[in-house]
Amino acid sequence: MSGPNGGPLLEVRQVSKRFVKPLDLAARLANLLGAGLREEVIHAVDGISLAVAAGEVLGLVGESGCGKSTLGRIVAHILPPTSGMVLYRGREITALSGAEARAAALAVQMIFQDPFASLNPRMRVRDIVGEAPLAHGLVPRHAIDGYVDDILRRVGMDPSYRRRYPHQFSGGQRQRLGIARALAVRPEFIVCDEPISALDVSIQAQVLNLFMELRRELNLTYLFISHDLGVVRHIADRVVVMYLGRVVEESPTEALFACPSHPYTQALLAAVPTLNQRRRRFQPVQGEIPSPLDPPSGCAFHPRCPHAMARCRAETPPLRVIAPGRHSACHLNDG
Amino acid sequence: MTQTPTLAVEELQTWFFTKLGIAKAVDGVSFAVERGRVLALVGESGCGKTVTGFSILGLVDPPGRIVGGRILFQGVDLVPLPAERMRALRGARMAMIFQDPMMTLNPVLSIETQMVEAVRAHARVSREAARRRACETLAMVGIPRPQERLRAYPHQFSGGMRQRVAIAIALLHRPDLIIADEPTTALDVTIQSQILSEAQRLCRELGTALIWITHDLSVVAGLADEVSVMYAGRIVEQGQVDEVLDRPRHPYTRGLLGSVPSRNVRGQPLAQIQGMAPSLLALPEGCPFRLRCTRADDRCLGMPDLVRDAGGRAVRCFHPHEGEAAP
Repeated sequence: MSGPNGGPLLEVRQVSKRFVKPLDLAARLANLLGAGLREEVIHAVDGISLAVAAGEVLGLVGESGCGKSTLGRIVAHILPPTSGMVLYRGREITALSGAEARAAALAVQMIFQDPFASLNPRMRVRDIVGEAPLAHGLVPRHAIDGYVDDILRRVGMDPSYRRRYPHQFSGGQRQRLGIARALAVRPEFIVCDEPISALDVSIQAQVLNLFMELRRELNLTYLFISHDLGVVRHIADRVVVMYLGRVVEESPTEALFACPSHPYTQALLAAVPTLNQRRRRFQPVQGEIPSPLDPPSGCAFHPRCPHAMARCRAETPPLRVIAPGRHSACHLNDG
Repeated sequence: MTQTPTLAVEELQTWFFTKLGIAKAVDGVSFAVERGRVLALVGESGCGKTVTGFSILGLVDPPGRIVGGRILFQGVDLVPLPAERMRALRGARMAMIFQDPMMTLNPVLSIETQMVEAVRAHARVSREAARRRACETLAMVGIPRPQERLRAYPHQFSGGMRQRVAIAIALLHRPDLIIADEPTTALDVTIQSQILSEAQRLCRELGTALIWITHDLSVVAGLADEVSVMYAGRIVEQGQVDEVLDRPRHPYTRGLLGSVPSRNVRGQPLAQIQGMAPSLLALPEGCPFRLRCTRADDRCLGMPDLVRDAGGRAVRCFHPHEGEAAP
């Protein structure tokens, strides 16, 4: 199941995504008169490289606005990157054509956060799950009902719901439908973007268990995006921590939670409430994630970092190896 | 208990009379909160925790109605109180913080306009004095440069800052009771931690009684003094936070605690509660948790009572766990 020569199944190299808000007519006219207005540019993802091995679960964590969903969408080929490459099984996706491009597109699927917004309310379950495999010729028309039934059973739903519409289901069941839709095209890699955060607590455990079961049975690889560190700790083999469009730390899960290296990871872990700390004194990190429109100079975390020094304001720390399999982007690592 | 609790809810029943039948969103709920204490109201969506909060503030709209019970706020029953008296209390002596701060904020008015209006609705003070108070309160909840930020509009704040503004508005009159309905659910953990730290400071410094409605047991552990766990409109377990989290007695509480990832072996299937919460319009006969419960038997076809022991610990179950440690 791995890529050629045992390389990663999926890899992104130096991927960046910039969102540009073009100037409107009034601003362009003002510029003609010498106002000097500039377009607003957001670096949602800024030069990220990562690799996911076949069968692995890579957790992607960070606060809202850090670019983790944008990166997930680039990986799932929903958004084209502004620069950089996405490689699947060692081959650049944009360079593929015809049947190969289609196969690569089907192999990577995505499951979205909001099960109320990600399903077409006017389509029946049978069509939501069955449309893509039919259109791509994976299943002949006469066999589609049986195929859909199999997939529904696989995600723990009763096949007799085939003729129902999304609004007739609860949040947890809709999320199962979203999973069924992704599985219907027999993917190898699934980008899961906060797939359980919209669900009730008792349902979260059920859906998380489903993810683990499917991974085992179908040999799936996940990019698991979540802001819930407890969930990521449970399911991921490796974790990537993002802050303002960049990776600040990358590490095997156990090592990350045992001894986080980057000050941001440390702050994030310290902020998570746990069952065993009672009536604790919350000692919050100062400030908020800065606006990506106007990111701080140097290390983006320096305005909130308790260890910030002059160098952090001037120079962006590169992501470097601090231990086998562990990377961290902090000047403190230079000793 | 020597002093009168800030709030005592007794056998509250809030029902919704819909075309499809009567939904008993809150059905016989009792609890009390004292000065400076935090009560967590825990449960999943549809269990009636928000409706309980709305009932206390007199915000239940038709087809919903409080059909029974008493809500004693500093000893006075709020249920029969006329609307004007309620309005005088709401926002002054008691306030609510919602999950979505835009429930509190008007998107087309500046923060200053909204806060000054909120001050002057309950206090006869000059515009200038009201503005000063707004400014102080914004500073108290940790908004930098409050003078400047007063002139801003809600959309110019981030989600976390907006929630702080909503909290500041709730605090303007230093209320004796604040009901917070999942105020940090939509926020990032670092911001959540900031807001929780503010909430703790308030209780400590101003003696505000706080009802914190949430589904997150980890937040409950870090913040609350007492916990009431709700299921299908009723309280199923109640007690001190350590008691309930360390020795849960109701199978539902145990199930919720058992499904928290940190209570499980990494990578192994999580202990999960089967099935899903029943619709309030079609509750099963007897104990509403019966169909999801591993301990249920024929006895559970009847409704168990909330049985309270001498230490104030209460559980509504025919087959409660006895003194066993949490899963």
